[in-house]
Amino acid sequence: MTDLSSVQVAPAARPSPPVRPEYERPLEPLAADSVDTVLSLHQRLWQRAWLRKSVILVALALLWQVVATVQGNDLLLPSFTQTIRAFVEDIASGVLPVRAMYSLDVLFKGYVTGVVLAFLLTTLAVSTQIGRDFLSTLTSMLNPLPPIALLPLALLWFGLGQGSLVFVLIHSVLWPLSLNMYTGFTSVPETLRMTGRNYGLRGLRYVFLILVPAALPSIIAGLKIGWAFAWRTLIAAELVFGASSGRGGLGWYIFQNRNELYTDRVFAGLITVILFGLLVENVVFRQLERRTVAKWGMTR
Amino acid sequence: MDGLSAFAPQAGADEKNETVGGAALSAPLLSVENVTLEYRAPGRVVRATQNVSFDVWEADRFVLLGASGCGKSTLLKAVGGFIAPREGQILLDGHPVHGPGPDRVVVFQEFDQLPPWKTVRENVAFPVRVSGRMSRKQAAERADYYLEKVGLSRFADAYPNTLSGGMKQRVAIARALAMEPRVLLMDEPFAALDALTRRKMQEELLHLWEEVRFTLLFVTHSIEEALVVGNRIALLSPHPGRMRAEINSHEWDLNSGGSPEFQAATNRIHGLLFEQPETAGDIRA
Repeated sequence: MTDLSSVQVAPAARPSPPVRPEYERPLEPLAADSVDTVLSLHQRLWQRAWLRKSVILVALALLWQVVATVQGNDLLLPSFTQTIRAFVEDIASGVLPVRAMYSLDVLFKGYVTGVVLAFLLTTLAVSTQIGRDFLSTLTSMLNPLPPIALLPLALLWFGLGQGSLVFVLIHSVLWPLSLNMYTGFTSVPETLRMTGRNYGLRGLRYVFLILVPAALPSIIAGLKIGWAFAWRTLIAAELVFGASSGRGGLGWYIFQNRNELYTDRVFAGLITVILFGLLVENVVFRQLERRTVAKWGMTR
Repeated sequence: MDGLSAFAPQAGADEKNETVGGAALSAPLLSVENVTLEYRAPGRVVRATQNVSFDVWEADRFVLLGASGCGKSTLLKAVGGFIAPREGQILLDGHPVHGPGPDRVVVFQEFDQLPPWKTVRENVAFPVRVSGRMSRKQAAERADYYLEKVGLSRFADAYPNTLSGGMKQRVAIARALAMEPRVLLMDEPFAALDALTRRKMQEELLHLWEEVRFTLLFVTHSIEEALVVGNRIALLSPHPGRMRAEINSHEWDLNSGGSPEFQAATNRIHGLLFEQPETAGDIRA
């Protein structure tokens, strides 16, 4: 305003819009021909995530094959085809499936126990102040502690065998999952909480019917992290000892074959570990997300 | 205007002699008696309302109107049972209110009041079912009935994240109605909507009231909305919320928007809310 008055523009020089005639008219009918451009085959294929990822995998396998051929030392780096051959052989002979089943069995026990404990701990933490302090103290103390560091102690307490493995697995799942679950519970919107209480829900029904589904994105994230930690920890722990009375898991398979310098079998074992990782991440968790949080629009 | 079953006991009679009969006079449905509310802020206790009293009668559309900070939402939450009064009491059908319950359903302003993991139909049916009054099938039938009332039958199987803001609020209203509460509590339900949708929702709400005749306690900070939606308006002054006036507004509806009388009523309320008769000696809690 001060600007305008100080400049003192002549009224005629200031632009003003012309007054135009008004009009009203009936709405145009909707255009019949919708403009749906069809993407080319190549573009449609490229939109598939699995295809893009497969191309990456094939490229990596090719690279591996080339490097191994150039390097030419089976003991250090067997080629991709040799590894696949060893992989298929050991699957056919039943060695790998048995080892894998053993690992999965231990993993399942440890994982499920860890999840249940994490749930109890978080429920305690969201309902009481002391539970909250307990959880935050324990997680800040124990979360940074590598599970493998607990293995010597576990061996002392539970001996050689599944007990010690399950113990370190629980440790590897419990803390990251509890942290995620707790974050999930605390970030449930206040309005949704009040809505749940408005329904007359209390106690465990309130937790299971309102808090758990509302916190599901964080819970699934925690389950994923917990799974990755557990799988890693298990293979590492089996490498350290792993065999009891002639039984052992994938880690033990890798360790044993390295001792006998079957490097192709070492690679076959590693591939099995990776395959399980991919399977759980891309099939189990992906499906879980697609059927829940993605469908509900809670995550993208 | 329509036959009004709800009116103010003292002032209603001399203005217009409409429907001064009925059992509604016997006792109010909801009584808020000398209620003082406080909540904890970090390091201090804030008084939200002080010594507030009002009565809501069956089929009332009772509006709590005031500027922000007058404790109107806190008051509504206290009626909902989420906050216990520091002093005074809240009576529903003569019984004091303890904790939240399905007889006082709240429609919030926020869109996240709908659990996103339930479809529209489940969102409406679920509370009916868990409050333990109906089987799954009956609850679904009732949900469909009320969804039809708010015009969302086509979207019964959609998830809330696919709905617009106005549709989400419609679902919340259908859900509240489906629970058939004694009082329907609305906390600025249309404040987050755009002006065009808001007007449409006000219209629909009044239509629903015509049909169902629920009892409504409605919180707003818009004078126009209060005049249009309510039949009686309680004016609250801020810091802390204290009763300034209770006025009748049953004669206004969405068509009276521009009239001089409506303007006069708006100005009167504006004056009541923003003139400060008491001087600076007013002590804040």
